[in-house]
Amino acid sequence: MERAITRANAMTPPGAEPAKTGIAIRTDRVARQYQMGETMVRAVNEVTLTIRAGAFVALLGSSGSGKSTLLNLMAGLDRPTSGAIFAHERNLAEMSSEDLAKHRSHTIGIVFQAFNLLPRMTLEENVELPLRLAEVDRHERTARVREAVERVHLGARLTHHPTELSGGEQQRAALARALVNRPTILLADEPTGNLDSATGDQIMLLLSEINETLGMTIVMVTHERPRAERFAHRLITMSDGKMISDGGPA
Amino acid sequence: MKTRDLAELAGRNLREAVLRNSLTTLGIAVGVASLVAMLSLGVGLQNLATDRLSRSGLFDAIFVTPRSNFPGFDAPARQAPVPTGPAAPLDEDARKKMASLPNVAEVYPEIRFPTEIHYDGNPYATVVAGVSPSARSDGAFDDMKGSFFSGPAANEAILQIDLARQLSTQPDSLLGKEIVLRYAERQALPPERGDKNSSPNGYSIVPREEKLRIVGIVETEPAAGIGGFGRGRLLIPLQVAETLRAAQTNDLRDLLRDTPSQHSYESLTIRVNGTSHVKDVEDAIKKMDFTAFSLLDASRNLSIVFAVFDLFLGIFGSLALVVASLGIINTLVMAILERRREIGVLKALGAADRDIRRLFFVEAGAMGLLGGIFGVLLGWLIGRAIDFGTNTYLTRRALPSISIVAVPWWMVASAIAFSVAVSLAAGIYPASRAAKLDPVEALRYE
Repeated sequence: MERAITRANAMTPPGAEPAKTGIAIRTDRVARQYQMGETMVRAVNEVTLTIRAGAFVALLGSSGSGKSTLLNLMAGLDRPTSGAIFAHERNLAEMSSEDLAKHRSHTIGIVFQAFNLLPRMTLEENVELPLRLAEVDRHERTARVREAVERVHLGARLTHHPTELSGGEQQRAALARALVNRPTILLADEPTGNLDSATGDQIMLLLSEINETLGMTIVMVTHERPRAERFAHRLITMSDGKMISDGGPA
Repeated sequence: MKTRDLAELAGRNLREAVLRNSLTTLGIAVGVASLVAMLSLGVGLQNLATDRLSRSGLFDAIFVTPRSNFPGFDAPARQAPVPTGPAAPLDEDARKKMASLPNVAEVYPEIRFPTEIHYDGNPYATVVAGVSPSARSDGAFDDMKGSFFSGPAANEAILQIDLARQLSTQPDSLLGKEIVLRYAERQALPPERGDKNSSPNGYSIVPREEKLRIVGIVETEPAAGIGGFGRGRLLIPLQVAETLRAAQTNDLRDLLRDTPSQHSYESLTIRVNGTSHVKDVEDAIKKMDFTAFSLLDASRNLSIVFAVFDLFLGIFGSLALVVASLGIINTLVMAILERRREIGVLKALGAADRDIRRLFFVEAGAMGLLGGIFGVLLGWLIGRAIDFGTNTYLTRRALPSISIVAVPWWMVASAIAFSVAVSLAAGIYPASRAAKLDPVEALRYE
């Protein structure tokens, strides 16, 4: 069941912008097509959906169903071929690439299946990276990095490089990096795909905790329906680029 | 992204592929070194030529002669002669006027006369030339044996080496010895008695002798000033030459003038304080109704020749830098391939195309800056090596040391700036290619 969370962002310091309420993401007949040789592939085929702020949504589907493409459109990493996609009522399809970068920096936090931590940087430097890109003041960075790292319980591993961390720790570090800029929407692309079952559950618990305590909207792509049913409030299933089902956990 | 963060990230990236980036930077350094070595050689040779020529007195000297009505061989044959009146005499008054002109350092006559010298009981015919005190710094006397005249009125002589060899098979042994100079002195005659119409001032030629001590022997024939005291084999102080009142070729012209008693000069040489004043002084002399000539135009042409010379050296020197810039392009394109996924991550985390572009530019610029600094250092060392090799060669041939390489500050700054500019230009393509990377594609890259 979709649940609207309206309480203030727990990570937001006094005086800062409160968490967005209302609709976080809305798509209107959004489509993304690719030309592959002579074939036109409709990765996302006129999908219309609304995700309320504070929701925890799982995008389910088999490989090639279009769920990751839809997530990339929400992140502003990709542009729709037609239709519209709104984040807090701002149409991403009409944004300049500069504005899309700002959208990814300030509104969105992204977690990948492959973690995508930069191997030559320490955990602290990896988590600090989005703050550098967002031109956050140096003095403020240390506190924000520490806060994000503490939230994912990695405070003792700040100086470690990714290769010195376990898979679960790497994904938690990636989660801290996604949270450090205090986004309102967290997008996760198969966040447990590279983890064993127990570690995957830990990550899901962490996402759940973030959703509940921070009121952050979470959209997670996964092909693991049982796990999605355990943690997500809403399950959207896709097939061949179309949304074939939308509802709460069974 | 803020500049400091950009610089930190770029520095981190450069350190990551330290071998490749070092080799690329070394390539730039070699390019810059080649440019600096070429240009420093050009500038050094120009400085050497300018210094030698200015010290020779050719470029800060004006050669003054009385205006001549002789049309010259180049004048149009049918041109009717234009009556111009008598030419102004180039006498002592004119010399004083010229000496009082602004920026005139010295005005001296050309005194050169044939003579016979006696040494060790044997006569030798030669030509005497007066040498002005300023000639001491002309460079011709730098490597002389013995010393320059002890004073402006010293009865001393400097021999040109050919004359010295005529006098003795061991020229060095002549130093300190005495020679007798035999010359023809011009003496004014009193007016003829009882003849009111006769010229009051004719002159007679009287043989005279003067003892001179040999103080120096000079290898090359000094040629200070245009038509200065060149072609003189026996050099004596100008003041001594003037007091001898030796008969010269223009004495015949004095005899035919209305005032033959008044001695005039065949020519005067004016030394000016710096080449920049030559034209003004030359114009003032012409206004005084004398013929004036300087090598100013020749010096201008010399500057043009060296400018073209430097340009070509610069172009050839730059070729290596152009090749090095290809190395930068190659290195950065390789970096894009290697860091493709990282670029995707940066974009996913909020990096704008502009940030990625600037990151690659800073990396290219940093390699250019480091390469430029090392290149200048390397170029300077090559210059020192060229200087060292040249001077070793000259020393073996008993010739004086010279510096043919110069690396002025403007060249250091320009070479580094040029290196950075070329590197940034080389970074344009890789930087824009990196900036345009599709983040979705980049994140998929393994």
